[in-house]
Amino acid sequence: MLKLTVTRLIGALPNVIGVVIVTFLLTRALPGDPAAYFAGPAATQEAIDQIRAHLGLDKSLAHQFAWYLKDLARGDLGNSLSTGQPVLKELTSRLPASLELTLCGLVLACSIAIPLGVLAATRPGSWADHLCRMLATAGVSLPTFFTGLLLAYIFYYLLGWAPSPLGRLDVSFSAPPPITGLYLVDSLIARDFELFMACAKQLVLPSVTLGLFVMAPLMRMTRASMLGVLSSDFIRTARASGLSRAKVLYAYAFRNALLPVVTTLGMVFSFLLGSNVLVEKVFAWPGIGSYVIEALVASDYAPVQGFVLTMALLYVLLNLSIDILYGVIDPRVSVEA
Amino acid sequence: MDTTAALQGAALKTAPGLRDTLRHVRYVATENPVTLGAFVLFFAFVALAVCGPWLTPYDPLASDTAAALQPPSHAHWFGTDALGRDILSRIMVAARLDFGIAISAVFASFFVGSVLGSIAGFHGGWSDRVIGRISDTIMAFPLFVLAMGIVAALGNTVANIVLATAIINLPFYIRVARAEVNVRRNMGYVEAARLAGNSDLRTLAVHVFPNVLPPMMVQISLNMGWAILNAAGLSFIGLGVRPPDAEWGVMVAEGATYIISGEWWVALFPGAVLMLAVFCFNLLGDGLRDMLDPRMRT
Repeated sequence: MLKLTVTRLIGALPNVIGVVIVTFLLTRALPGDPAAYFAGPAATQEAIDQIRAHLGLDKSLAHQFAWYLKDLARGDLGNSLSTGQPVLKELTSRLPASLELTLCGLVLACSIAIPLGVLAATRPGSWADHLCRMLATAGVSLPTFFTGLLLAYIFYYLLGWAPSPLGRLDVSFSAPPPITGLYLVDSLIARDFELFMACAKQLVLPSVTLGLFVMAPLMRMTRASMLGVLSSDFIRTARASGLSRAKVLYAYAFRNALLPVVTTLGMVFSFLLGSNVLVEKVFAWPGIGSYVIEALVASDYAPVQGFVLTMALLYVLLNLSIDILYGVIDPRVSVEA
Repeated sequence: MDTTAALQGAALKTAPGLRDTLRHVRYVATENPVTLGAFVLFFAFVALAVCGPWLTPYDPLASDTAAALQPPSHAHWFGTDALGRDILSRIMVAARLDFGIAISAVFASFFVGSVLGSIAGFHGGWSDRVIGRISDTIMAFPLFVLAMGIVAALGNTVANIVLATAIINLPFYIRVARAEVNVRRNMGYVEAARLAGNSDLRTLAVHVFPNVLPPMMVQISLNMGWAILNAAGLSFIGLGVRPPDAEWGVMVAEGATYIISGEWWVALFPGAVLMLAVFCFNLLGDGLRDMLDPRMRT
């Protein structure tokens, strides 16, 4: 197990290096003179030169890269132009909001997609199968931002069931004391159930929007791999041995069918982290996605780079944990590694 | 006399080919009506993209503040936006831009991806390792986030949206091309072509690559919907297409502020058309895949 983890960690290193190089190149690809850009429109030539020297832009590219790595090692992602705050600080303060939303979306998607996929595979041609196929094709065709708006219109404006789709919490409530930064968890820790319900209500629409989008690949994969497993020899043997239907389905078939589903989780996370940005904009969710959009609109450069780097590292980390999880579920993998 | 005979011979030769193709098309169409519907829809969208600007009932950029935020009516089928512009006209004009972005991005990644993937799959060795590393590095990013970063870094233009979309789709084409070429590189007909004195490049381009095209076509049509979604998503957050220009994502973004106060038509119609276009491509992709490779049917 430990050996597997270490092998995977080493395997992820080239990706981390690649990510850092690409982000570095993106920071240096700014159109025009980055020094003049960072100095702002009213800067004098002297100030621009000073900033150029400060950023190391007068040195060679290799030298700049070393400089960049040194800054990264110190956790310095630069300062935001519009707020003047260090980017790293702002990102970490906003990350819990995004995590809460992403996790809720993922849990929602899994809890609908996996059972429905299993149901579709056990009864091919039934209503569940058709529903599954329809949802899978429709799900990947829905622009996330459009679904979000549509849900807000129906459930907030027409039906009035959802609270106003702005932010994490209604203005009449104040945020729970921050412990984990996840409002749902924090409000439970503070034993404030009214607050918990208010947070949950605010979360429903954005996480449904997010969940709908990632449900499709999960459902497709569950159905396909379950179909494959159900027609295999060991399931026939299990049935012939007189095991109960539930035992065959859950203990033997489902566990084996789960493996390819875990592999698709990587792709699912790529979708999730990307569409998270769009959903945050639609619902004015104060996470890192809306932070980066504000920065983009203001042509504020450092936050965008910090965001891209953070997301990429997070994604590499997620893929790494999926790999390790894979080893836990499937003992054959760790033997081979 | 001789030439007519030759022509007749040629006609005789091609006639069954044509008939076969027609029969195949009919078979595909009757086999799966959904694919047929997707094809019809696709051609309708292409027609809209080509002729859209000449068919619009109003000038898509002309604002008329007296008629701002009108609900759908006989005069304005899809209503008007906050500046009184006709939404139907804007949607029709936008088709060209949206399809233009998606098609050029997908073809750029198809072209570059096929070349890189074929080289990697055909030669193996260090070229395979370098190209594999490039595609792994792209895949190490959440793709939409990478696209955002690229557009933000290179500048906020439509050309950069195309470039960003092409880059994030590149790994998929490289993978397909590499795998398909790799399987075929030692096949009998490739050996034969090589023994007949064809250079490596010629063997690859003339003998191997045409056989790789069918799976690549499936990848293209599956990818097209995603490319449109991606471009619309980027312009929704304010990258690429500048507001006065009509684009489906920008139009949804413009309508977003009004949907909460009940003016649903501003965002709904462009969003629905966008959805329909992506849906059409996905159905088309599924249909093509079923046609070309029944094993992958899920």
